[in-house]
Amino acid sequence: MIRLINVCKRYPGGHQALTNLTFELEDGEMAFLTGHSGAGKSTLLKLIALMERPTSGQLIVNGKNLGKLKTHQVPYHRRNLGLIFQNHQLLYDRTVFDNVALPLVIAGHRHQEVRRRVLAALDKVQLLGKEHLYPITLSGGEQQRVGIARAVVNRPKLLLADEPTGNLDPDLSAEIMGLFQDFNRVGVSVLIVTHDYDLIRSMPNRILHVEHGKLEGDYPRRDRPAANPAEGQTQVTQSSERDATDEEDGDE
Amino acid sequence: MSNTPRHAPPPRATSRLQRPSLLYRYAMGHLQALVSTLGQLVRQPFNSLLTALVIGIALALPAGLHLMIDNLGQVVEGWKGSTRISLFLTLETATSEAEALAKRLGARTELETVTHVAPADSLAEFEQHSGMSDLLDLLERNPLPSLLVLTPRSDLDPVAMQALLTDLQALPEVELAQLDMAWVKRLHAMLAIGQRGVVLLGALLGLAVLVVVGNTIRLGIQNRREEILVTKLIGATNAFIRRPFLYMGVWYGLLGGLMALALVALALHLLAAPVGELALLYQSDFVLHNVTPLQGLLVVVGGALLGLVGSWVAVGRHLSAIEPR
Ligand SMILES: Nc1ncnc2c1ncn2[C@@H]1O[C@H](COP(=O)(O)OP(=O)(O)OP(=O)(O)O)[C@@H](O)[C@H]1O
Ligand SMILES: [Mg+2]
Repeated sequence: MIRLINVCKRYPGGHQALTNLTFELEDGEMAFLTGHSGAGKSTLLKLIALMERPTSGQLIVNGKNLGKLKTHQVPYHRRNLGLIFQNHQLLYDRTVFDNVALPLVIAGHRHQEVRRRVLAALDKVQLLGKEHLYPITLSGGEQQRVGIARAVVNRPKLLLADEPTGNLDPDLSAEIMGLFQDFNRVGVSVLIVTHDYDLIRSMPNRILHVEHGKLEGDYPRRDRPAANPAEGQTQVTQSSERDATDEEDGDE
Repeated sequence: MSNTPRHAPPPRATSRLQRPSLLYRYAMGHLQALVSTLGQLVRQPFNSLLTALVIGIALALPAGLHLMIDNLGQVVEGWKGSTRISLFLTLETATSEAEALAKRLGARTELETVTHVAPADSLAEFEQHSGMSDLLDLLERNPLPSLLVLTPRSDLDPVAMQALLTDLQALPEVELAQLDMAWVKRLHAMLAIGQRGVVLLGALLGLAVLVVVGNTIRLGIQNRREEILVTKLIGATNAFIRRPFLYMGVWYGLLGGLMALALVALALHLLAAPVGELALLYQSDFVLHNVTPLQGLLVVVGGALLGLVGSWVAVGRHLSAIEPR
């Protein structure tokens, strides 16, 4: 799903954020990305979402070499990702429903389809009944779940989360992680940046550890493989071929 | 989490959403932008109306001026029909001879009316207007010639008119045949200059409309900076983000155009009474005419186009600078 080959990122200021990063996240795999503050974790997510471009090296996401994507193709690339941020990045002048509907509206789905999908996603994150509220009236955990619903409503094959449990209490954090595991169980690849060592120690998933922009540790998954990884993998590969033709059309 | 009841099966990553056709998405995207921008306008009626009013004034000035000149042109057109030729006869021509000539000319088909103004009448009129009766008393005899005032048929073309004039000038009794049209021509020239002024003014104020719309849209973009960032992050194309701003520009221009028409109509309404009185003084049935439906359409469509261009420029300059980092 994600393949990095000798990826380097140097910011314009001259700071070397990532150095020769090489690893692979399999289709349907879920992994945590840890490291000290300033290690380059967010930078890595930004490279995958094409908010930044690598200085050198190759980055292949969902079978596409990101270095070859032109600026006008970036939006279509982002539609295949589910991005979740610590600060939620919600639109506070729109209702929960409208926030979650945004990816579908952008993609141009039919009204009824949008409604059906949004309610299903809100149901998944247990926010059904709050769709007409404004995000500001929700608790931090609820806002985070709105962000997750928005990230998954378009059924992306890859979820990227940057400290999704950053300032939530342990119970809420565990709940959110449980959500990610649910999505992973049905074949979604998930990469989560986190500082919450206590929480992930209790989880079986692979852990990637970065320090000063270098990959310093790669701890593989510790228990038996997921219930049906083979099924998830083959189906994801099939649909990725359809995507290449499906998403690359003009919108104006 | 795991012990809470499941309401819906978790979404399958592998089952893609079926999207409607490209054409449908295109149309829906536009419809949605159209409706949402209208909603924004209605939610901020004061701001919207203020912007529209500024645009309206900028459009109403050239439109109104054009209309005035158009109206004036019509007045002048009406006067052209009443062109007169003054025949000043030689001093030697006696009044009786002048009357005979008047009779002869009256029979000509090119002429509608022929009036003889005897020297005595001319003098009396001059006395009355100049107030120099004392001075005139010093004169031994009336220095004024007989005058024939002719009205040519109104459908004479310039060539026939010139031929008639040459003809009249050749008459032995005629000292000078003068066509009272020079001032009409001058007025026409001035109106033409006026029309050119309208074009210049229109171009300048059109530019002003571009700036007004561009600036309003720029502020709108700045106010929605966060929203633009977030939508870009979740895969909105530039076209998707641009669209509502372009519609907004069109709405402003359209509203401004309508406002301009309303302002012009108001000005006409205020002018109608004094113009009517003036027309009455001149025994004319002239009335100010308003913009034709076509001209009205032109103002509104022109406003909308200016709005579109103005917002396009603003969006092109300011939207690309907003990229998620
Ligand atoms: N836009 C930028 N321009 C210049 N330097 C940057 C930029 N963004 C990040 N950096 C630098 O790159 C380094 C890595 O930043 P990054 O945000 O990836 O760290 P992080 O691992 O996410 O840290 P944290 O856990 O605090 O979020 C930092 O030293 C930071 O100062
Ligand atoms: Mg970070």
